[in-house]
Amino acid sequence: MIDFDYVRASDVGDALSQITKHQAAKFIAGGTNLIDLMKENVEQPTRLIDITGLPLNEIQETQTGGLKIGALVPNSDLAYDQRITRRYPLLASAILAGASPQLRNMASTGGNLLQRTRCLYFYDTATPCNKRRPGSGCGAAEGFNRMNAILGWSESCIAVHPSDMCVALSALEAVVHVAGPKGERAIKSADFHRLPGDTPEIDTNLARDEIITAIELPSEDFSRNYSYLKIRDRLSYAFALVSVAAALKIEAGAIKSARLALGGVAHKPWRAPDAEQGLVGEQAGRKAFCEAADIILQGAVGFAHNRFKIELARRAIVRALEQAAAGTPQSQSVKVIV
Amino acid sequence: MQGRPQATSHPPERSLLPKLEIAFRVNGVERRVALRPWTTLLDALREHLDLTGTKKGCDHGQCGACTVLINGRRVLSCLTLAVMKDGAEITTIEGLAQNGELHPLQTAFIAHDGFQCGYCTPGQICSAVGLIAEGRAKTSDEIRESMSGNICRCGCYPNILAAIEAVMQGSET
Amino acid sequence: MSVGTNGIGKPVSRIDGPAKVTGRAKYAAEFSAPDLAYGFVVSSAVAKGRIKSIDRSAALAVPGVIEVFAHDNRPSLPSSHEKYTDQVAAPGSPFRPLYDGEILFSGQPVALVVAEELEAARFAASLIDINYETQEAVTDLDTQIDKAFEPPEKRAPEWNPSPRGDVDSALSRGPNLIRKEYRTPVEHHNPMETFASTAVWENDGRLTVYDKTQGAPNCHEYLCNVFGLAKEKVRVLSPYVGGAFGAGLRPNYQLFMAALAAIGLKRSVRVTLTRQQMFTLGYRPQTLQTLTLGAENDGRLVAVKHDAIANTSRFEDYQEPTVVWSGALYPCDHSTVTSRLARLDLFTPCDMRAPGGAVGMYALESAMDELSYAVGVDPLELRLKNYSETDQNYGKPISSKALRDCYLQGAERFGWSKRRPEPRSMREARELIGYGMATGIWEAFRVPTSARAILAPDGTLEIACATADIGTGTYTILAQIGAEMLGLPLDKVIVKIGDSDLPSAPVEGGSWTAASAGSAVMEACDGLRKELLKRAGAVSNAPLRGVDLADLTWVDGEIRMTSDPSRAMPLSEALLGLNEPITSEVSSTPDERVLQDYSHYAHSAVFAEVRLDEELGMLRVARVVSAVAAGRILNPKTARSQILGAVVGGIGMALHEETVIDHRYGRFMNHNLAEYHVPVHADVHAIDVIFVDEQEPRLNPLGVKGVGEIGIVGTAAAIANAVFHATGVRVRDLPITIDKLLALRQPTNNHAA
Repeated sequence: MIDFDYVRASDVGDALSQITKHQAAKFIAGGTNLIDLMKENVEQPTRLIDITGLPLNEIQETQTGGLKIGALVPNSDLAYDQRITRRYPLLASAILAGASPQLRNMASTGGNLLQRTRCLYFYDTATPCNKRRPGSGCGAAEGFNRMNAILGWSESCIAVHPSDMCVALSALEAVVHVAGPKGERAIKSADFHRLPGDTPEIDTNLARDEIITAIELPSEDFSRNYSYLKIRDRLSYAFALVSVAAALKIEAGAIKSARLALGGVAHKPWRAPDAEQGLVGEQAGRKAFCEAADIILQGAVGFAHNRFKIELARRAIVRALEQAAAGTPQSQSVKVIV
Repeated sequence: MQGRPQATSHPPERSLLPKLEIAFRVNGVERRVALRPWTTLLDALREHLDLTGTKKGCDHGQCGACTVLINGRRVLSCLTLAVMKDGAEITTIEGLAQNGELHPLQTAFIAHDGFQCGYCTPGQICSAVGLIAEGRAKTSDEIRESMSGNICRCGCYPNILAAIEAVMQGSET
Repeated sequence: MSVGTNGIGKPVSRIDGPAKVTGRAKYAAEFSAPDLAYGFVVSSAVAKGRIKSIDRSAALAVPGVIEVFAHDNRPSLPSSHEKYTDQVAAPGSPFRPLYDGEILFSGQPVALVVAEELEAARFAASLIDINYETQEAVTDLDTQIDKAFEPPEKRAPEWNPSPRGDVDSALSRGPNLIRKEYRTPVEHHNPMETFASTAVWENDGRLTVYDKTQGAPNCHEYLCNVFGLAKEKVRVLSPYVGGAFGAGLRPNYQLFMAALAAIGLKRSVRVTLTRQQMFTLGYRPQTLQTLTLGAENDGRLVAVKHDAIANTSRFEDYQEPTVVWSGALYPCDHSTVTSRLARLDLFTPCDMRAPGGAVGMYALESAMDELSYAVGVDPLELRLKNYSETDQNYGKPISSKALRDCYLQGAERFGWSKRRPEPRSMREARELIGYGMATGIWEAFRVPTSARAILAPDGTLEIACATADIGTGTYTILAQIGAEMLGLPLDKVIVKIGDSDLPSAPVEGGSWTAASAGSAVMEACDGLRKELLKRAGAVSNAPLRGVDLADLTWVDGEIRMTSDPSRAMPLSEALLGLNEPITSEVSSTPDERVLQDYSHYAHSAVFAEVRLDEELGMLRVARVVSAVAAGRILNPKTARSQILGAVVGGIGMALHEETVIDHRYGRFMNHNLAEYHVPVHADVHAIDVIFVDEQEPRLNPLGVKGVGEIGIVGTAAAIANAVFHATGVRVRDLPITIDKLLALRQPTNNHAA
């Protein structure tokens, strides 16, 4: 960890003016990912701007019947907020599938979106990584890539986004509200995280001088038929090999609308509108679910250690959709997979 | 081995960013300390406040040994910058016993042999204090899941679970 | 021997418990000194080659940086590798930290930054620019099989028993042949406390080092040899050790670093390794094993052949007892077991909980399970049919062996009779259920150990021995033995361990501490008994005058004649008029004849139930029953915890643990606790421990065998066997991860991956 300067921001405007003034500054809120990476010398900001004093920790109703979650609401507060557990249980479940209670108590909603993609080589400064040191090469593609991407990767990077929360936000089509020097704007969650392409060092479409202020959940909440299914190498406190956020609207056995997002498989939470569209009008059942899985995974390509994730993802998608259709969402504490 | 190594000439010093004055309450006592921004709460406790009960197991949020309570909530002190906790109320393992009486969880951990080497123990106990205060985990499965951020390499999990369940049921032994 | 309230055999709580639950227990990095400086180790980024140059200017420019030690500016050090050896060293040339610029393994410590502040040392370490001349490292064991060799110098000759019979011709005749290859990966011990040493520079030039070690005397000797210090100038203490599992048997390099800097700077220095650096220390080596069993149609073994290849470093021939069990455990006339090594550009492996046994018995007990299906004999029945009362390797009688009771009581508790023999025959809802079992075996040792017992006039007993408590319960059982011997309450006994100034003990390991240090304490207390009887007999109107020591019972603070309990005297009375403490110090050694004439083993039978979502490959160990025969159990509470913990270690070995190497860089890549998975709370469900009654009459006066390791032996095999029973597919390559289970099955639909 290099030495750095520490300042506090009093409000959003102050935060923005401070980040503009100092090119190598970063915002800090929960710090759970940033401090970790600073200790690894992967992140080396010379100034941290503490935004925990900003008034961004409310959850409010929106005029369109949704909820607006302040960027600083801790993950655990969000997961246990009654409005979330009642109306957006998919989001609550996804949050509780991730990390540990301590980390969820610390991590902020905005920070969860901004956690860096994960890869053994990104974390190890003795190895090449295009994300950490552009142009140095990708250590993972020919190296140890069990955790890495099967979808949307590029020659330069095969890292995956590790968040569980973001997978649910993606399925729920949340909107990210940001503020910047030119004012405020809203980014669809599908557009928030990026694929690596030739610039894997850039994880999101948030500009350096912008700040997340809130996440907005639309009114459509999928609170009846949903499931968040996370498959990992131990039963808790591990990153996903594959996770699936599945949400359905079913009327008289037929699917009226569907949402599907995958975690642990790509540089961003992976949505597949084609697959969702394909489910609409179908009878909720294994046949339709298998077809949806095929559509999502048709472009999937794995590497030496992670090819199994393609088949694993296929099965997990089918199961999560079955759980959603049956109204038996996966529990995050009972480890039997229903 | 003899003497000092070959003298190393020090080039001109760069400067480190200055220390900041921080005040927080630790285990009910007001503590003031000057720290650089890069000092984590964990290192502040262990190296500056002589509170070594809080343990460093991984320093990266991957083991839970450094768990403390900040304003009543369980958090990882290794990923917390001390300067960001100015004014906070911090409880560590050293602050759980009151007037010489062990906290019920401390008593239960002894009675149920909820540790072997003892190194993860302060984190386990602080985490369990947080768990009970949260009031959400009720069943064995829920307690296991909610304690999964605290690794015990000695493998005392069944005994830790027994200790927590005993306290939740109102007995320590 | 009689049993007192808090004495031997009672499930008393750990006496170090209050210190550990309050945070008062101080570990190696938690001792301080007014002049303390912080050392931070710089680790090699390459696996093989040499350092061309080190640019330390940027590091030295960081305020508070005191010195950067490296091979190019270090003080004089001995060149002889011999000087760097230790009690547990493998044959070969021990690593000499900072000696020269040669790089032998990735993560090798190449420099030490010492600074006034911890963070400044860490920062400065990141600024050190090292120019390497890099050579290609070889770290892939599979490419070195043809270069595997039998180590010329044996670490322990008895691990390599001579062949008996003619195994190959027996195998060629045998009606049933199982020949399988099993693989186990590199695993790291990963105790929760990272290795740390606080070297306190005393004003008079002495060095007091608080070290995380399983052997304070071993580290003391190492420091004296390496730095040419007189014995009395150095003291090593390890009062509390935050887990070790073997990782603390040898002096680790942070000890060298802290001492080097403290001596060089004449001030106190602490060096703490990071979790990432914990992956630069010793580890359980990778093994490739071939197990061949020949059996009659009824399952009786005819021949056993076990060949194991394990990796070692370029500079030491680390060996562990991997195959010896296969020759010893089951009766058969033909057996050949062989162990070979292959050199890799990695650090030397290091004993890890049941070294050799954990991996070798995984292979043997998996093969036995395979045989059970081949001959159609229940796996438990197969073990009972192949029960031996003698050590098959050496034809020696086994001093005590209650393994049969382990099998039977374990099976009963587990409900083994409910197992349906066919694989894939048990399920509940979506889950396949599998029952598996395995045998465990571990040698029961006793090694020379000294101890001192001091009885103060106020009736307080102090026990002193240089051994360690790494979570094993040493403090508590030694106190119990002392309390038992003199009939004292437990709180009248003080135990001092983990200090090189105390009567010498070998490293705490091998499950021998209870038997060895325990016997020494018992004998030291026996010396006190003699002295007390002398005093009691001298008291006027002494009720105990002329009584034989053997006819005394020491209980409830009283010395009582066993054959006539009316003749008794309070201990306090025997101490009346005593001004000086009574001291008794012994060097306790095992009876060589007993060691020669008998084999000594602890045994277990492990039963596991797994549940598997077949479609998703998600597996969990629903319950484990471990039935253990380990002689007398000194403390059922702490002994049970030892078995619990070892079973959890076995779950990790079976399902989670693997350190992966990127052979291009010769580097362990998952060097953290997020990606090196060990079991968490959610992975561990019901574990039931049974201690079967077993009388060990010879090995030591306590009749104990030790329980530190036996709990992990067999556990991974029992789980792997349960996975086969559940799924019908055998994974012979640990850990059993989702990808391996998934590969077993057809895809969910026609679209193959």
